[in-house]
Amino acid sequence: MQAPVDYLLHLADNALVLGQRNAEWCGHGPILEEDIALSNNSLDLIGQARLLYQHAATLMGHGATEDTLAYFRDVPDFRNYTLCELPHLPLMAATSAGDRDFATTIVRNFLYSSLMVLVWDRLQSSQDAQLAAIAAKSLKEVRYHLRHSRDWLVRLGDGTDESHARVQAALDAFMPYTSEFWVASAQETAAQANGCGIDAAALRDDWNSIVDAALQEATLKRPADTAFLPTGKQGVHSEHLGFVLAEMQSLARQHPGATW
Amino acid sequence: MTTTLTPAEQAWHALEALSDPEIPVITLRELGILREVREGALGLEVVITPTYSGCPAMGQIEDDVKAALATAGLQATVVTQLAPAWTTDWMTEAARDKLRAYGIAPPHACASEKAGSANVVQFAARSARPEVVACPQCGSSNTTETSHFGSTACKALYRCLDCMEPFDYFKPY
Repeated sequence: MQAPVDYLLHLADNALVLGQRNAEWCGHGPILEEDIALSNNSLDLIGQARLLYQHAATLMGHGATEDTLAYFRDVPDFRNYTLCELPHLPLMAATSAGDRDFATTIVRNFLYSSLMVLVWDRLQSSQDAQLAAIAAKSLKEVRYHLRHSRDWLVRLGDGTDESHARVQAALDAFMPYTSEFWVASAQETAAQANGCGIDAAALRDDWNSIVDAALQEATLKRPADTAFLPTGKQGVHSEHLGFVLAEMQSLARQHPGATW
Repeated sequence: MTTTLTPAEQAWHALEALSDPEIPVITLRELGILREVREGALGLEVVITPTYSGCPAMGQIEDDVKAALATAGLQATVVTQLAPAWTTDWMTEAARDKLRAYGIAPPHACASEKAGSANVVQFAARSARPEVVACPQCGSSNTTETSHFGSTACKALYRCLDCMEPFDYFKPY
């Protein structure tokens, strides 16, 4: 049994886009240890993306490779959650790289990792044996990502007035984007139907437990749910993904097939 | 006396001594990366498994394996296999001793992964971190974690509060 290609791309695009985002900290971390931590986080995510793209490319045939999938698809082809593509800023008006906000990075990694420990855990029993194998590896990695982001969430939330205010602002800005986790897309429904995917909505209670326990420890207030529903995994993205892809894909598009 | 080795035995012989590119004191076999040599659909197959998904050494490891096989005059295909997922629990005692002697604290046993999400919450909680990592320099257990992530994806940064030396800890995976 094989997972639908679009479902594999959804999982891969999440990992690649967030990996690319977090890699923006490489050389700019607030302290050396965090520079290394975020680079390692990106390395894991991009590694997961590669395994998933390789699997998808094998199923697709017709000359598809991990590189054609990562570098030669455009914004509407990407199936990642909108959450993964947003800049490291709670205020969308600011876009300067120099304004990168570490609290925002931590909040996003925490919200995403809290979901993915559950997703990868369930996908270990996917009917798609290769996806199950990738899930087993990814689970080991995302546990470290969750531990890292959760520790910082607590340190910042239960820290100084400024760190608390910043992490609360990031939480207020990003929490509404998590609504996308729970409304199944066509590819998720198809994957669940053939036994290769999961029912994401069924993970919601477990995710709430992980998130609420950490927010309480961090003395943060969970913002109320809103009616906002992002549509990144349907291919309808925020204005930010295009800039991420432009930077990531420009070299491969200027020099197709380049190697070193 | 001449003994005739099977191709698989010759391959093991050729690959036995290959070391990890990042941690040269231990071999790929001791690390559990070099998993199997078998007669398969592709002829003689050498099975390797990646450590972390994004480990940048995997390309180098595959090249090293191919080069060693070529030097031994063996026709073999290198197969990368993900399942069962690599774990630090496969590391031999001899490898752990070598790591310690090299200045890297060897990994603890992995926690049971059967508990699923409940385990995840517990893993992330600050209070549930009982493991003591002994300093590979002086043996003291009075150590502290500087950073979850170190010089490579598989290691964390620690510091000994007795001899004051910083050191790497090979994380359980």
